[in-house]
Amino acid sequence: MSEHKVDTVCDTGKQSCNAKQDSESRDHSIGEMLRQRGVSRRDFLKFCSAMTAAMALPASFAPRVAQALDEVKRPTLVWLEMQSCTGDTEALLRSANPTVAEIVLDILSVDYHETIMAAAGHQAEEALDKTIAAYKGKYICVIEGSIAMKDGGIYGSTGGKSHLDRARQVCGGALATIAVGTCASYGGIAAAVPNPTGAVGVQEAVPGVTVINLPGCPVNADNLTATIVHYLVFGKIPALDSHGRPLFAYGKRIHDNCERRPHFDAGQYVEIWGDEGHRKGFCLYKMGCKGPATFHNCPTQRYNEKTSWPVAAGHPCAGCSEPQFWDAMGPLYKRLPNVPGFGIEHTADKIGIGMAIGVGAAFAAHGVISALRKDKNPADKTKED
Amino acid sequence: MAKIVVDPITRIEGHLRIEAEVTGGKIIDAWSSATMFRGIEKILKGRDPRDAWFWTQRFCGVCTTVHSIASIRAVENALKIKIPPNAELIRNIIIGTQNVQDHVIHFYHLHALDWVDITSGLKADPVKTAALAASISEWPNNSATYFKAVQDKVKAFVASGRLGPFANAYWGHPAYKLPPEANLMATAHYLEALEWQKDVIKIHAILGSKNPHPQTFLVGGMSIPIDPDSQNALNADKLIEIKRLLKKAQDFVEKVYIPDLLAVASFYKDWAAIGGGVGNYMCYGEFPDAAGNMWFPSGAILNKDLSKVLKVDQGKIAEYVDHSWFENSVGAGKGLHPYDGETEVRYTGPKPPYENLDTNGKYSFVKSPRYDEKAMEVGPLARVLVAYASGHKETKAVVDLVLGKLGVGAAALFSTLGRTAARGIDCLLNAQQTPKFLDELINNISKGDYRIHANEKWDPSSWPAEASGYGMHEAPRGALGHWIKIKDQKIFNYQAVVPSTWNASPRDAKGQRGPYEAALVGTPIADPNKPLEILRTIHSFDPCLACAVHVLDANGNEMIKVKVS
Repeated sequence: MSEHKVDTVCDTGKQSCNAKQDSESRDHSIGEMLRQRGVSRRDFLKFCSAMTAAMALPASFAPRVAQALDEVKRPTLVWLEMQSCTGDTEALLRSANPTVAEIVLDILSVDYHETIMAAAGHQAEEALDKTIAAYKGKYICVIEGSIAMKDGGIYGSTGGKSHLDRARQVCGGALATIAVGTCASYGGIAAAVPNPTGAVGVQEAVPGVTVINLPGCPVNADNLTATIVHYLVFGKIPALDSHGRPLFAYGKRIHDNCERRPHFDAGQYVEIWGDEGHRKGFCLYKMGCKGPATFHNCPTQRYNEKTSWPVAAGHPCAGCSEPQFWDAMGPLYKRLPNVPGFGIEHTADKIGIGMAIGVGAAFAAHGVISALRKDKNPADKTKED
Repeated sequence: MAKIVVDPITRIEGHLRIEAEVTGGKIIDAWSSATMFRGIEKILKGRDPRDAWFWTQRFCGVCTTVHSIASIRAVENALKIKIPPNAELIRNIIIGTQNVQDHVIHFYHLHALDWVDITSGLKADPVKTAALAASISEWPNNSATYFKAVQDKVKAFVASGRLGPFANAYWGHPAYKLPPEANLMATAHYLEALEWQKDVIKIHAILGSKNPHPQTFLVGGMSIPIDPDSQNALNADKLIEIKRLLKKAQDFVEKVYIPDLLAVASFYKDWAAIGGGVGNYMCYGEFPDAAGNMWFPSGAILNKDLSKVLKVDQGKIAEYVDHSWFENSVGAGKGLHPYDGETEVRYTGPKPPYENLDTNGKYSFVKSPRYDEKAMEVGPLARVLVAYASGHKETKAVVDLVLGKLGVGAAALFSTLGRTAARGIDCLLNAQQTPKFLDELINNISKGDYRIHANEKWDPSSWPAEASGYGMHEAPRGALGHWIKIKDQKIFNYQAVVPSTWNASPRDAKGQRGPYEAALVGTPIADPNKPLEILRTIHSFDPCLACAVHVLDANGNEMIKVKVS
């Protein structure tokens, strides 16, 4: 990234800031800045390795990630909240690789984020205006929450401006917009029937801007940091699927990476909450698991520093990274009906491996039949929809 | 007269706008407005009541457990389901952990910058800072080297010329009173608390799969199985990790949060006479035991009279919309009980972009709930006051200790400073009580009780054709109630009256101000262009606006009135 002028966004009310900001200090790479702030090379490389893993790249890419971060400057990010519950911001606070303190102090310049910023009111809005003017075309915009379109956008406003107008203005001048969470991606809960406020995701509200969707309720912060790092490392946005989601995080079906998959294949199901199968980690399909129809890296990336994820803790997947899952996937505890690529509902009741062969034709590439083969092909990453 | 407008109020959850009139360096009137609306209760109608917790959880991602808890309680109350003791204990651990983690984040990351000037800390002497820290706590990080490293980090950050989220703030404002060393100490703990919170909340990941939005709640219990002989269930390994994390939580609260709170408060005692508010307080009680008795007592206090704690009767709750962007077919000036609500959103505010709201008319997406026609404050202060006035032993001991250390009387609690201190007191009580729930859980498991769910009413075909119920909960921000009516196995009606609806409410039909508005009146403003003081009082309530805004759709069917004791 090219050199940025920063004086306009500097806090003018403060002497320490008026002090010497030699142009050199602005040009330090992230690697250099981390070293200046006492982050050891070892920790930096550890972070690079974690990011490499999150981007689903082979470990051999870690040095390349490190090299790229060493070269890149601290990019500008603004984060806007719309019809949000702030859950995605909270997810950011839980991120570990890097931590939120590293993101804010070392890696990015987070110039606007209502939940964490010190300034309020017109001082906050002034900071936003200055940033988007000074870094036009260069800043990353993150949007959290859906955008209300009905009745001219009156159901969401900040600083006296409608969220729709803010999104047009801020996303319009951004290098790229990252929609975090299912609401910003596709409208989410507010867009569920009857969608009282005409809520939509960013791409629909502001057509024509570059949007990367990171759905999930909330977003997995590792996927957010990995998306940003992907851009810094490769200089382009990651490859996306037809729903605008990066393939590195949403390219595989939960069911195909699920730690309970062997129990599905063996016909071992949880039947009642707390039964022996539940205690032993059997498959949750009969309890309503939406893993077979959901694309997300939950089983491998997990949450809260890889502590757990819903299926590991004994609850079905809700399908939260799929567009309109609130209406399309529910009710929560209803078994998946005839999802394309999956067997029919009664399959699980009758399943035995032999039965599954009979009904599993459409499911063959990833499903029961491949599981029957001992030599399941790990290279088969094809996604079927 | 020109109004001061603060929009957005930052460092809160959600979208809040404050307008205030200032005369002679003081606020003489104020208006609180919520500027975002989603209508989730309307979306809930017709869906499976067993799913309601998952939907209502999305009211808020900050207090991310509270609506799940209130919702499953409401459905269990409607269907008369009694959950197994283990499920109650797991919920109590989740609730306690939420309160502790949320309060610490509020103090350091949402509220501290109203009192702490980070830039002043750059001038601090790390040796003196270490001495100050050591004089108030035995926390092991109290070394000069540690504070020097933090100071260097912040200096390097400032020297980069990019202040990110710390740009354009009120640094150097005359209302900042802390010496540089106290500012540096608090800045160090701001960073340390960021690390701490993400570790401590792993308790939710272990018991609930993830945080935010844990996903193991079930109507009838919890979905995290218990089996000491399985690697896929709550076993000794996981229980001991929870124990370690609860200890870590308690240590930080006892050795960092509370000492910092007392140190900071001692420089701002004038704020014990500012921000009093409506003077009425309400708490629903929390932490039920197997018999349904609450560890924190419920009750209401009126007109700051600590000699009387009234029983809460939820039949006296009514919501008004005279100054809210909703319509109400019973006509102006009339309130409706949540069960009978028939409110429709009807925005009549100015078309954005706008400069000012019409505060004589309707000016907020938050309704005005009132208890017996009175505006009530809810939250940690209400919880602590009700417990204190009820003679709750543990609460009384901590309150007396804090008041004693600050050298002030109980009347000091009715203030901005009192609200902030009460949150610390509440946090400490939760941090000390929660490990006891874990001990009880371990004790149950060791007796061979692995039950986590009451199955008999899981199948909707076992339900009556119609049922109604309520679920009450003390969330970090205070008294939360969900009301549900079930018909033909579907949600017929759903309503939530949440803590920030009480606190952020606009005026009611009688013109009575809501708690934020009342608390702002009389607040001094040193510089109308930099209304730091407004942030202090508003942040002392810990606003959560996404929660506060709801709508209940029309139908007006009669429901059985229930009492909360």
